[in-house]
Amino acid sequence: MMPGLMDALIDLLQQNALMPRADMARLLDLTPENLESKIAKLESDGIILGYQAIINREMWDIDKVTAIIEVKITPERDGGFDRIASRIAKFEEVQSCYLVSGGYDLLIVIEASNLRNAAAFVAEKLSTIDAVQATATHFRLKTYKENGAFHQIESAAERLSVSP
Amino acid sequence: MTIAVADHVRDIPRSGIRDFFEIVQTMEDVISLGIGEPDFATPWHIREAAIYALERGRTGYTSNLGLPRLRRSISDYVRKQFALSYDPHSEILVSVGVSEAIDLTLRALLNPGDEVLYHEPCYVSYAPSIALAGGRARAIETSAKDDFRLTPESLEKAISPRSKVLMLNFPTNPTGATMSAEDLAKIAAVCVSHNLVVLTDEIYSELTFDDGSHSSIAACPGMKERTVLLHGVSKAFAMTGWRIGFACAPAELIEAMMKIHQYAILCAPIMGQDATIEALERGAESVAKMRREYEMRRNFIVAALNDMGLPCRKPLGSFYVFPDITASGLSSREFSMRLLNEEKVAVVPGTAFGPSGEGHVRCSFATSLPQIRLAMERLAGFAKRSRQIA
Repeated sequence: MMPGLMDALIDLLQQNALMPRADMARLLDLTPENLESKIAKLESDGIILGYQAIINREMWDIDKVTAIIEVKITPERDGGFDRIASRIAKFEEVQSCYLVSGGYDLLIVIEASNLRNAAAFVAEKLSTIDAVQATATHFRLKTYKENGAFHQIESAAERLSVSP
Repeated sequence: MTIAVADHVRDIPRSGIRDFFEIVQTMEDVISLGIGEPDFATPWHIREAAIYALERGRTGYTSNLGLPRLRRSISDYVRKQFALSYDPHSEILVSVGVSEAIDLTLRALLNPGDEVLYHEPCYVSYAPSIALAGGRARAIETSAKDDFRLTPESLEKAISPRSKVLMLNFPTNPTGATMSAEDLAKIAAVCVSHNLVVLTDEIYSELTFDDGSHSSIAACPGMKERTVLLHGVSKAFAMTGWRIGFACAPAELIEAMMKIHQYAILCAPIMGQDATIEALERGAESVAKMRREYEMRRNFIVAALNDMGLPCRKPLGSFYVFPDITASGLSSREFSMRLLNEEKVAVVPGTAFGPSGEGHVRCSFATSLPQIRLAMERLAGFAKRSRQIA
């Protein structure tokens, strides 16, 4: 078995979860059955939570708005930030929600179908929660790189077609 | 007027690989497994360090031996990678790729007619470089049954009173052969007893797989004083175009090589030297990532070749596989030409690396997986057809 096998498997899935399983098995020097069972275990153990497509927003659903919001909250005596964070995370608009160090507490990424809906989410949902002291909203203007994928493909440099 | 080229240059045959390259050039949509360089661009942190150095106006000559800071980095790196200690002031020379360092070593060592031994199949430049330096090239055949390793018996048999230098290249281009520390110790003993100088080109030393770590012959007892260790950043760090190699050797030999280098080249380009400092000091993670990618592709290509009836060992180093194509009934040149014409897949005939490469072709897996996959599909179809004919 190759060294660092599980790391290699997870990296392959992260780069391209749709890679044909037969190819993946060959790369990792595993039988297809063995590979399937390893992936199934990663899923059932909750290590792999899901698989997603990375969409180029310049080319699809261009009105969709992404915003990054800094949220300052008052922690609770029991439970600290967890209860309020999970309450915020449950909104459908929220794609990601992190507790962070620094000048504010939660960093959330939201997606809304248009600017009006994004503003409504902040003004009517997020800011009205008692524990939320303040928010600062940054709208996405352009994406350069997302989840490891570049939005503009660097053209491959030319190599000699045969070299020693 | 006809210009009369010097006899010893005229007598050097055209490179077999160049012939092949020119045919491939004229064709479109060829998938090439014929490329001896990484398909990765140089890792960004290394490119960025070079840009930073350029911005600061670092554009001048360097010391003939190379930037002192770089030689210190090389010394540290070689200590870690090969467990060998070289003095950065007197025992290290920075060259324009390993190719220049090979030329320097041979020119610094050889008197006319001195014999240089090397194992074959091998990198295409060895025999011509020996001839250009006035030496006599003496190939020692290696074969698939020994996994293309050099055996002490065959070395012993090839040695003559004129033998002065032994050239080694493990992991080997084109066969992917590697030598363990025990294998090397036996070769070292022969070198010591016959007083051979060893030139060891270890350019693929980071690219070893299956947890097989690399050993240098320079680390064997009695060898450091008679060995020129050549290495560089081209392959493992994906830096072929920067043209930076280096030689580690006893001070008196480095001094002699420097005499040639200073008049012929002056110094390696400073941009490449600056980039190499970054590579050697902070590139380990990038190398590990690329190595794992190569290892996975190797697994893929070896399985595919064996499945289609072209027996192929799993190489423990380099980014080449060297499958046996004799089942096709074709010579390695015919096989490669027909594969190119019929399926538009370029591989390099084994004979480009010496006559003992007959019966094999070299496929590089320094190519993206989708390309390798497609090449293997086409190759499988071709192999099946040619077997039916054979």
